[in-house]
Amino acid sequence: MNFRTLKELAELAEARSSTLGLLMLDEQCKESGEDRDTVFQKMADYYQIMKDAVKQGIRTDTTSKSGLTGGDARRMMTYQEESPSLLGEHASLAMTYALAVSEVNASMGRIIATPTAGSCGIIPGVLISSQERFGWSDEQMVHGLFASGAIGYVIANNSFISGAEGGCQAEVGSAIGMAAGALVDIRGGTPAQAIHAVGLALKNTLGLICDPVAGLVEIPCIVRNGFGSITALGAADMALAGVRSIIPSDEVVQVMLEVGSAMPESLRETAGGGLAQTPTGRQITRDLLQR
Amino acid sequence: MRFKDVFSIIGPAMVGPSSSHTAGAARIGRVARLMFGECPGFAQIQLYGSFAATYRGHGTDTALVGGLLNMATDDPRLPEAFAHAEAAGMTVTIEPGKGLYPHPNTAELSLVSPSGNRTLQLTGTSIGGGNIEIVRINGFTLKLTAAYPTLIIRHYDEPGVIAVVTGLLMGSGINIAHMTVDRRSRRGEAMMVMECDGMIDKDMAERISWLPGVQEVNLLKL
Repeated sequence: MNFRTLKELAELAEARSSTLGLLMLDEQCKESGEDRDTVFQKMADYYQIMKDAVKQGIRTDTTSKSGLTGGDARRMMTYQEESPSLLGEHASLAMTYALAVSEVNASMGRIIATPTAGSCGIIPGVLISSQERFGWSDEQMVHGLFASGAIGYVIANNSFISGAEGGCQAEVGSAIGMAAGALVDIRGGTPAQAIHAVGLALKNTLGLICDPVAGLVEIPCIVRNGFGSITALGAADMALAGVRSIIPSDEVVQVMLEVGSAMPESLRETAGGGLAQTPTGRQITRDLLQR
Repeated sequence: MRFKDVFSIIGPAMVGPSSSHTAGAARIGRVARLMFGECPGFAQIQLYGSFAATYRGHGTDTALVGGLLNMATDDPRLPEAFAHAEAAGMTVTIEPGKGLYPHPNTAELSLVSPSGNRTLQLTGTSIGGGNIEIVRINGFTLKLTAAYPTLIIRHYDEPGVIAVVTGLLMGSGINIAHMTVDRRSRRGEAMMVMECDGMIDKDMAERISWLPGVQEVNLLKL
């Protein structure tokens, strides 16, 4: 790839008068040696799997193997249909879809890691709900996925994207930043604005620990995906309004690396601390082990 | 760069619940299976770090076994891999490992063929988002990601072996993206791993296997 930092990514897109999504599509063709149609189609197939996961999650039983979670997306769907939600229709739907995909994941259903499975709800949640609202084409959405991939590529190579390495800030935080930047890109914001959205979003998740109860990608991962979708929408709106990340986004990514590296191992997906070690968390773990 | 392209960030298509613990584990198992070339009769799996702490809930054990049965990360049979292993005649043991390990998500696999006369030891790490690095093969310290068509060549540490192999690749217009070499001792047994751009066919792998100093060639494409 011809960029290593978010700044370089934005500058390259601006120099080529390109969106982040189109730039990443071209860069991927160069990297893989494949033609545009092949590369585009692979991402388009992924988008379809995301849509299928949303449908499955809001309509069918998503009880996980452990029996601990499932059905929250359906609950949210019913709630909104009966009366207006406090968040408002659109944000509420983004959250519902994010929960849906995460629940499908927890029930060992088929999803796309974006960037990981633990954070697989956020990008489909905000992209699919926004597509329904604004009537964007599938093609625009696939470009959006390439934009989110470009942002994730930088974060992953300069910091981390897995909870085991950097806590939930790395996992859910990266997904929120990727989703926010992609939304700005699809909505017609400048590459610089998209990059500001990433920094704004990441600032809000710095320090987030990874503390899955019984080590499962369920509690609190699923609801963090739901909340993450709201943060992504908020960060995208701020950036489109002209709000800037005063600490440059690349520096925020660097801070994420520093914070994650300083985190004790017990708070990095080992289930050795945080919510996993509350009295209830420990009880759930014991109950599951006894089964 | 640890992550090579857009599809190492968006993707893979996979069966949940964890890209590191499920999809990455399935890929590590599959690399071992493709290198081994047949379904093992016995597989001993040692798990380290977060893999050891949380493998039951994530289906890490199931995914590794699925990979050993040559299943892809989104194979719908993956959740039932143990039943498929039994049907295929593969015995599996899973245990937490002791000692130092290279990454919070590490699996060590020891495979034995059904006849008992072939073995393979392989250590893989799952680095996030379903991406993996194989860091040890039969005691050699190497690095491969399985993101590219890869040649794994067991050879003798002699002058010119690498040059002849790379020369053969050059003649076919194949570019080497990443390469590592390790040896047991000077002029002893060695292994080289070459991650290549562009496809390598079986024919090429066979031609390399005939070269002087080369003992065995594996061609890996996930």
